[in-house]
Amino acid sequence: MGILEVKNVNKRFGGLQALGDVNLSVAENTVHAIIGPNGAGKSTLLNVLVGKLIPDTGSVMFDGQSVLGRKPFEINQMGISRVFQTPEIFGDLSVMENMMIACFAKRDGAFKMQAIGSMWSEKDVVEKAEHMLESMNLADKREMHTASMSRGDKRRMEIAMCLAQEPRLLLLDEPTAGMARADTNNTIDLLKKIKEDRDITIAIIEHDMHVVFSLAERITVLAQGTPLVEDTPENIKGHPKVREAYLGETQVAA
Amino acid sequence: MDAIILQILNGLDKGSAYALIALGLTLIFGTLGVVNFAHGALFMIGAFCSVTLSKLLNLSFETVDPTQKDFLGNPLKVKTPYVQEWFGPEVGAAIIDWSVPLAILFAIPIMLAVGYVMERGLIKHFYKRPHADQILVTFGLAIVLQEIVKFYFGANPIQTPAPDALSGVATIGGSFGLNISYPVWRLVYIAFSGLLIFGAFAFLQFTTFGMVVRAGMADRETVQLLGIDIDRRFTIMFGIAAAIAGLAGVMYGPINAPNYHMGMDFLVLSFVVVVVGGMGSLPGAVLAGFLLGILEAFASTTWATTTIPGINQIIIYLVAIIVLLTRPRGLMGKKGVMED
Amino acid sequence: MFGLKNTDLRLLLIVFVLTMAAPFILNPFPTESGLAQFNAGYPDLMQKFVIFGIFAIGFNILFGLTGYLSFGHAAFLGVGSYACVWMFKLLGYNVVPGILLSIVVSGLFALLIGVITLRRSGIYFSILTLAFAQMSFALAYSVLSNPKFNLTNGETGLQVYADDPQWFHSDRLPDLPHLFGLSMRATHKMQLGAWEFQFNAGYYMCAVIMLVCFYLAIRIFRSPFGLMLRAVKSNQQRMNYTGLNSRPYTLAAFVISGMYAGLAGGLLSAVDPLAGAERMQWTASGEVVLMTILGGAGTLIGPVLGAGLIKYFENIFSKINESVLHQWFGFLPDGLEDFVITLIYPFVGKGWHLTLGLIFMLVVIFLPGGLIEGGQRIGRALRGKKASDAGKSASTEPAE
Repeated sequence: MGILEVKNVNKRFGGLQALGDVNLSVAENTVHAIIGPNGAGKSTLLNVLVGKLIPDTGSVMFDGQSVLGRKPFEINQMGISRVFQTPEIFGDLSVMENMMIACFAKRDGAFKMQAIGSMWSEKDVVEKAEHMLESMNLADKREMHTASMSRGDKRRMEIAMCLAQEPRLLLLDEPTAGMARADTNNTIDLLKKIKEDRDITIAIIEHDMHVVFSLAERITVLAQGTPLVEDTPENIKGHPKVREAYLGETQVAA
Repeated sequence: MDAIILQILNGLDKGSAYALIALGLTLIFGTLGVVNFAHGALFMIGAFCSVTLSKLLNLSFETVDPTQKDFLGNPLKVKTPYVQEWFGPEVGAAIIDWSVPLAILFAIPIMLAVGYVMERGLIKHFYKRPHADQILVTFGLAIVLQEIVKFYFGANPIQTPAPDALSGVATIGGSFGLNISYPVWRLVYIAFSGLLIFGAFAFLQFTTFGMVVRAGMADRETVQLLGIDIDRRFTIMFGIAAAIAGLAGVMYGPINAPNYHMGMDFLVLSFVVVVVGGMGSLPGAVLAGFLLGILEAFASTTWATTTIPGINQIIIYLVAIIVLLTRPRGLMGKKGVMED
Repeated sequence: MFGLKNTDLRLLLIVFVLTMAAPFILNPFPTESGLAQFNAGYPDLMQKFVIFGIFAIGFNILFGLTGYLSFGHAAFLGVGSYACVWMFKLLGYNVVPGILLSIVVSGLFALLIGVITLRRSGIYFSILTLAFAQMSFALAYSVLSNPKFNLTNGETGLQVYADDPQWFHSDRLPDLPHLFGLSMRATHKMQLGAWEFQFNAGYYMCAVIMLVCFYLAIRIFRSPFGLMLRAVKSNQQRMNYTGLNSRPYTLAAFVISGMYAGLAGGLLSAVDPLAGAERMQWTASGEVVLMTILGGAGTLIGPVLGAGLIKYFENIFSKINESVLHQWFGFLPDGLEDFVITLIYPFVGKGWHLTLGLIFMLVVIFLPGGLIEGGQRIGRALRGKKASDAGKSASTEPAE
């Protein structure tokens, strides 16, 4: 029984079958990659997992509880954090404030009215935020507006905010899309370190095979909205069906 | 039966003003993605085009007529408008009499130019700014335009009468056994609005230009990828939307004497119309305009106002709130327009 | 002190000194001089400065922090005004119950409207609030004013009549709004040489309330709640995916700013017990938008400055007529004098709205941070890039 169980999920957009009978089980404390060619339904699946889309049929269970019909913020509070393809952060707030928002969300839940005391007098939150910034090498940028950070720093900022919430499942949507090779490698190292340091399950949707094979312990290949195979990276590499559907045409060299 | 048709007519004439302004608002919103708080001012400027034209036509020179005496016994000074001098007394008088319909010709180039200048000079620079900034800057522009008109024309309404031939009361429906008296000019206004709306839709539907604009409204980026200069066409659409609002204003003059704040009064209701019709939907804007106009007319009957005093003042807002609570996208709104 | 950081405390002190000394500061010209008409230090106008300051501070909590642009805030101002006058009619002229009720009623009204309008954001929200305010105006102007049920007294405006109950009124108390016997109109005039200064009870009461409001606004800006409101403005998507429910935060901001507006409305009635529907018209809502943007949305002091500036324009700048202009430019040769006056005339006196509209457009186009940002830029230029921090916008809050 995995921490995330997707059963018989179907989703149609008009005439298009975006997801057909998707079954997926992500085991706790693993890095699970979901790969597939463009239009395979990766993003649709992700949106189902975070509550942005509701599937036509099927069930999605996280740690024994259904996520269907819950709003994104409720699903997040259950312990699922999402990293976006283009980093989504609070652009006109400072690095420290960004981090504090995530820490408040972890401590106080979805809504708590604290309108009088200063945010800086919440010592536990301030300390935790500072600690997070230290550990992610962002401490020297704490007063900087996040909008003026580099792409790589923004990505790190977003991941750091997600980690501050101590999620049990971290969903990453093509975290290295549009990055230079050096930044991509940094991100890989960062994710490896994150995995080493704590008990966390990571589900990653990725195009870049280099990233996938560096990180993943299990891989699910999605094609035309349906899972084709699920296996270890070694077996996936040699799998004929996968080669045919996907690897043969793109980055097999990687 | 007569009373019902009378109210429908009442609703149609107010509704056509709503529909025309809402149509322009929707065009601008759909093409440029800008909410134009100055659109009511364009309606007002149109109305003042006809005021200006009638002032111009009435420019006169004075001559002394020695054969006549005024009541003090002095020779009578006679004012003769230049148009009467140039075209002869009868034609000249007719021209002055028909100044409102003539103002249509006068207003079209002016409104196109105003729209063009507004878009190129100001609104263009706000495409990339937040919607709140667009609202604010057009709101400021509306104040400025309104104050300029107030400075030159004063704060009081200025009468712009319809031509004599069109200012009477018509009895209609005789052949159907009905007997409805209705001001001719209002019927003209309804017909004119219908024509204008029909013209706008035909233009968008049947010309290549209109087709490109519609495609651009649906998916701006793809159209640009095809190498079509969509911005230019959108600028022209802004001019056309301005002209539609202006013409609605020109023709509305004889129904309600133009004053400098008439635009703002109509704008608020037109926004409600747009929202009820569904943001970004042209047929929705027109449909909602007429529906709300008719609803307002029925709420204005003595029966309605004695049952619920003041219902005519709030009916449109009430309906808007109910529609938005039950159909958040409005009557004909499409998914994905203005949704975060 | 007061749980504020030094910069905020300094700002609060500056505002405190300015409001307390306003009767002096606003009356720089001797009574007999030709410029006396530009003195703003008379009770009626000073009261407006602080009352509309409160209105703008509250509006800024919504717009400045969350970015939700309401075009219907005058509705809450109007509701507050009516609530206060009703307390006068029922209980008597003591202003305390009236002011308290105006806050409560406008808060409830804002809750009702907020629940509906906050279902949508962006432009939809602006239009919806506009529609609600216009409906409230129509309700107050005609619907709720009929012989069967007269809540607002329509066109005439709601006021106290001789046959009203006024249960707690006694003959010892003034027959005008008062604070436990101290009449709101009580004014002490002080002659100092050629100058005359007026100290008005109503003004000082409103000023103290404004200081409290300003202090609370600072606390809200610096609180975790304030941080969440800025998160709403910055990126709602990230907020939702950070496990935060943006709706109740925005609603709370909406209700708080509605209560500020209601309080301002109540104070307007407290200093002049006549509440009219025109206070709810959407032009009044537009005015508070102007004030906030002009001064600087999202800054602490900006909205107060904007409110003062617009009220000064409305009451003083509008007095500049042609003869005043002739006085000013009398030194020029006749032809030139007339020419200059023709140029300036449209923008002054009755044309003050035009000037206001133009300034507003310029601010929106070039100075999105309002006049405060303009002042900061000038200040930085003068001091050669040295960072200024007084009255700095909340978005660049440094840690302690």
